[in-house]
Amino acid sequence: MKSFGAIYMKELRSYFHSATAYVLLVGFLLITGYFFYAGVAQYAMFSLQAMQNPVMMKINLMDYLVTPLLGNMAVIFILVTPLLTMRLLAEERRTGTIELLLSYPVSDGGVVLAKFLAAWTMAAIMLGLSWCHMLILLWISEPHAPAMLVGYLGMLLLCGAFVSLGVFASAVTENQIVAALISFAGLLLLWVLGWSSAVVGEEAGPILESFSLTNRLQDFSRGLLDTADVAYFVLFMGFFLFVSIRVLEAKRWKA
Amino acid sequence: MIQVRELSKRFGATVAVDRLDFSVEKGEILGFLGPNGAGKTTTMRILTGFFPPSSGGAAIAGHDVVTEPMAARSSVGYLPESVPLYVDMRVGEYLRFVAGAKGLEKGRARHEVERVQKAVGISDRRGQLIKQLSKGYRQRVGLAQALLGDPPVLILDEPTIGLDPGQIVEIRSLIKSFAGDKTVVLSSHILPEVAATCSKVVIINRGRLVAQGSPSLLRPGGAAGRGRLRVVAQGPAQLLAELLSKVKGVAACSMEDAAGGEATCGFTLDTAGGSQVQAEVARAVVGSGHDLIELSPVTASLEEVFMQLTTNEPGGEEAAA
Repeated sequence: MKSFGAIYMKELRSYFHSATAYVLLVGFLLITGYFFYAGVAQYAMFSLQAMQNPVMMKINLMDYLVTPLLGNMAVIFILVTPLLTMRLLAEERRTGTIELLLSYPVSDGGVVLAKFLAAWTMAAIMLGLSWCHMLILLWISEPHAPAMLVGYLGMLLLCGAFVSLGVFASAVTENQIVAALISFAGLLLLWVLGWSSAVVGEEAGPILESFSLTNRLQDFSRGLLDTADVAYFVLFMGFFLFVSIRVLEAKRWKA
Repeated sequence: MIQVRELSKRFGATVAVDRLDFSVEKGEILGFLGPNGAGKTTTMRILTGFFPPSSGGAAIAGHDVVTEPMAARSSVGYLPESVPLYVDMRVGEYLRFVAGAKGLEKGRARHEVERVQKAVGISDRRGQLIKQLSKGYRQRVGLAQALLGDPPVLILDEPTIGLDPGQIVEIRSLIKSFAGDKTVVLSSHILPEVAATCSKVVIINRGRLVAQGSPSLLRPGGAAGRGRLRVVAQGPAQLLAELLSKVKGVAACSMEDAAGGEATCGFTLDTAGGSQVQAEVARAVVGSGHDLIELSPVTASLEEVFMQLTTNEPGGEEAAA
């Protein structure tokens, strides 16, 4: 347990040792800030129109501001998480430090899990800081706070799933760029699966769509907590972490 | 302390280690010798649990490396040949991380980090980034991390490679200071290094055990007291050759190509009488009125030792079990 904590802290610190963490945090907050501002401005316009038009009276902050904002954040995370995860295992293998790390009393599983949690924590920090937008909403208006929390929980789980795929990509190659490309391609694929019913037809469509990570986010971002969605994310993470551990073992045996 | 039984490791069709058998007792410093690609690193990686053997087994401090990997790893400090460190970390920070990864309690970790920094002489470098350190200092940091937690077994893969002579002496004497207290496995392909530091030698080639025993195995002729001398003297070559071959204990005398000037000539002598022969030779040359320019024992190259050991000359009485 002690060793696990040491690896976790080292990984988390290493984001802040280089400019990585700061650039990502600033960039992320700038972009989400812009989306938030644009969303609020648009919502203000809608509200004005709604005063004249009774049909539009039903608009609310969750549907018209928070849900689209979370959707945008998900897209940003598709671009960002490969950068968070590409280094994790690929660099250890390229520089050979994995050999020394695994001579300490730590298991492969412990290493993979500690690294996964560190990257997930980094994503959670980004997500947490973007909560400032929600605080502004709570201050200037009366949005439904529990629904926003559920939306953020969904985002957190989504990021965890993204990170687990990234860890896997980082396990299969020694090259960080290749690792980033693999996770980027994988995440994009899982995103566009959400549109597949339009391509493969009525029968196969829903099956493929149920694998889409971003579709799973939709319920959350509307403030809906569905155990099926939670289970999907947890299983997704569990699967990719398990495979990562196996890949790491296999690569090591052939080293 | 370390038992290796019938250890084999195959990578696909290549056999890296082939039914290796040896053991190291507590307090011994084992020199693990072999040319490049002999399987030294592979054996060490199995011992440190990096990968499991294809067949056979190994145990460290009584813990099997396959079935009780955590207990075995807890007893080992490892320094890989390439000294892979996290170069973006500072020395002190890195050692604190390793102490944590080795599972040391916080108070003990702090104490241990101080201790090992002092032991390898890097206390004044603790705030420096590892990537800014010279090769010698990186090697010391590598050694420091191996020493953290005071493991009973140290496995050091070519610990003096790439160091300058002064550093080599320092590291060697540090390793020597572990004798009796820790069990050390030290790989090398430099014979004098092993002869100077180790109390036991295991020689492998192409993954197989060639010989094991005391460091005297490494002298040409091994334990039988035979050796080789190089003599350079001034005088007529023919006369000197005759003179030298008559010295008691000299088995054979061969003349070298005249290298340094007309009057000097060099000889290589095969001797069989232990260290007194050297004195006899000196006396013979000087006594005959010629000038002795050089007289030195020839240390065998690893290849020669292999040749001798693999061609199975008598005298390898301690040879492979």
